[in-house]
Amino acid sequence: MSYISGTRLVDDKQVRIASTKIYGIGPKKAIQVRYRLGISGNIKIKELTKYQINQIEQMIGQDHVVHWQLKRGERADIERLISISCYRGIRHQAGLPLRGQRTHTNAKTCRKRIRK
Amino acid sequence: MTRSLKKNPFVANHLLKKIERLNTKAEKEIIITWSRASTIIPTMIGHTIAIHNGKEHLPIYITDGMVGHKLGEFAPTINFRGYAKNDNKSRR
Repeated sequence: MSYISGTRLVDDKQVRIASTKIYGIGPKKAIQVRYRLGISGNIKIKELTKYQINQIEQMIGQDHVVHWQLKRGERADIERLISISCYRGIRHQAGLPLRGQRTHTNAKTCRKRIRK
Repeated sequence: MTRSLKKNPFVANHLLKKIERLNTKAEKEIIITWSRASTIIPTMIGHTIAIHNGKEHLPIYITDGMVGHKLGEFAPTINFRGYAKNDNKSRR
């Protein structure tokens, strides 16, 4: 098992697929990282050298916000909305949809977050 | 979809005039407005604006965190106090 910036990655998957396991790296950013380092699309995680892994880690650390930093950023955005008590902040507090969706029925996704 | 930058943020003319007048006089007084669709711009910081919520004017003090939002976001139009609870439990 290899670790890239604190996430365990599946060994026998392509670099592009495996790096989407990192929180904050989606399909698009995964392609970007791979392309900029010049890693071939067929290479799997277990075939990478130490140097390449270090390079990937460095690139993600420099250009992309991942993991707890990203989560903290999201949290801070919500906190800002709540602190100025605008409509979206109030809805965040109440655990209801922010963008004018119906609440007579449904609205399950946003209610789920409160329960956790 | 965001508004074109060419047009600058929307602020109702009468509101803009009032604020400019107050800024030149360097006075502070509560501005009553019905224009909920106006964007909050940096010149409004520090003023108290009473925004119509359909029934009455709610006075809101504008801080610098609010810049870029609309005035209407700070005056909720509905007052939802939860559903009426059934009294079945208390009867038993």
